[in-house]
Amino acid sequence: MRAATRTLDVTKYLLLSVGAVAMLTPLLWMVLASFKTLPEILTFPPTFLPEQVNLDNYRAVFDTADFVRYFLNSVLVAAISVVSVLLTSSMAGYAFAKFSFWGRDVLFVVVLATLMIPFQVRVIPLYVLASDLKLLNTYAGMVMPTLVDAFGVFLMRQYMMTIPNELIESARVDGAGELRIFFRIVLPLAKPALSALTIFTLVVSWESFLWPLLVASTSDMYTLPLGLAQFAGRYVDRTDLQMAAATMTVLPILIAFLFMQKRFIEGMATTGMK
Amino acid sequence: MSSLAVPRGRGARPRGGLRRHQTKWAFIFLAPALVLFGLTVFYPMARALQYSLYKWPLGGAKEFVGLDNYRRLLFDDSGFRQSVEVTLYFTVLSVLPTILLALVVAVLLNDARLRARGLFRTIYFVPVVTSLVAVGYVWKALLEPSFGLVNTVLGWVGISGPGWLASPDWALDGIVLMTVWRDLGFYMVVFLAGLQAIPRDVMDAARIDGAGAWQRFRHITMPLLNPSIVLAAVIGVINGLQLFTQVYVMTGSAQQLPGGPLGSTRSVVLYVVEQTFRPLEMGYGSAAAFLLFVLIMIATLIQFRLIQRKFEY
Repeated sequence: MRAATRTLDVTKYLLLSVGAVAMLTPLLWMVLASFKTLPEILTFPPTFLPEQVNLDNYRAVFDTADFVRYFLNSVLVAAISVVSVLLTSSMAGYAFAKFSFWGRDVLFVVVLATLMIPFQVRVIPLYVLASDLKLLNTYAGMVMPTLVDAFGVFLMRQYMMTIPNELIESARVDGAGELRIFFRIVLPLAKPALSALTIFTLVVSWESFLWPLLVASTSDMYTLPLGLAQFAGRYVDRTDLQMAAATMTVLPILIAFLFMQKRFIEGMATTGMK
Repeated sequence: MSSLAVPRGRGARPRGGLRRHQTKWAFIFLAPALVLFGLTVFYPMARALQYSLYKWPLGGAKEFVGLDNYRRLLFDDSGFRQSVEVTLYFTVLSVLPTILLALVVAVLLNDARLRARGLFRTIYFVPVVTSLVAVGYVWKALLEPSFGLVNTVLGWVGISGPGWLASPDWALDGIVLMTVWRDLGFYMVVFLAGLQAIPRDVMDAARIDGAGAWQRFRHITMPLLNPSIVLAAVIGVINGLQLFTQVYVMTGSAQQLPGGPLGSTRSVVLYVVEQTFRPLEMGYGSAAAFLLFVLIMIATLIQFRLIQRKFEY
């Protein structure tokens, strides 16, 4: 029995380790390739470690494309989206969870039903709308479809249902106004849900590609994924430069993840979608 | 105002003044979300439905054609049919293995005695937070037929690897491979959350009653994990049917339009974008997008039915 358990444990570690190597290799390869010269990348059989760590690829990327600008654009777009989604979701979620009014449940179902509509169905009219409002190639246009999120409303409503009514009622008895109750009592209690929603919105925004691709037309409006795609499309055969640019795109969110791992994983698990 | 705060039981009907007060504030809190939903969801939806009934080149005169766009898409358009096949193939082939592998990893990791559990969890999850565009280029290089890492590793075990993205028969499989790698950690986390919700004493009781590891997995873990699996499958299929970024990144460049070789990776979303913005046919593109919506709804409903029935105890 003992020996059998032992073998089982060894098998377990072996399986998990092989998988872990497979999961890490592509990212490791990306970083290592970003230090290699092009002929080094193209040798067969492939080498793993670069002959020497040189930053020429990074220098070349910085010289030809403004990745700092792309990064700042990504940050700005993500920040606007996060603030707006948190505010609209928590307010609407609070109304659905703690107020009774005519038509509440129907309205909630209607909001939820929009989750089933893929973005691509809305994308053409949204593009026309952005064009009519003169928002093409502006930050306002870039964030327009990401300001509100039905899933966020759902998440906040579910969470706020768990806040005891007595807390809100007693604040009313004490004469607190509705806005004060919301901002001073309800929002602080909803922190775990807000933090999950922040991470979720951040990752979605950082990833977003189709909409920025359609809306941004000049390179000073590009976000990181868009700047990277444009750059890599221009230097198709320069894998060395592409890997340096890809590393720069991945690094910020990777660092954020490594620092706030637990929140990331819990956030993604509770929000349950990407 | 203090009369508004009369204590009341759950579900009690609010009195007149209180109800007005509640309604007023509810709509104040709802207003920002509702206005934005109207502008970015409901209005575009209504317009998309309207567009889909017109022949409408961007900037040109529109002409009402009824359901003709839909008829052409469904019966006369081999390009659209191919894109539907590509999308379905991709969805099935990426979602099933990802869920199975993630289930295995999650079950292996759900063992309190396991050392380095947190480390493993982090490693498997890392690809999820990487940028899809960035890792798209990484995998494009890894899948390079002659000196890429994937075919080199295959060569070690005596398999001569295919041409991947350069081959019409294998390009989509290359994209599938990359997607499985990237999404695995996400499903793992969903399953781990589900596994941790299974009460210990249920497992202990089964063990005392002499149930083996497989029996415990089959009769306790699987049924209790069912909601997580349904969730993962539904999310996976919805995401899979919206395939776009990977194709755009891995098969396109400044010299080459994405979707190749020979349309073997042209997904429905890519087709919608092409139809809308290249020939600038908004009506036709909208109709194609609506058909995608219908496809997603049908797939979601079928899954809820199938999976729930299969594991009912």
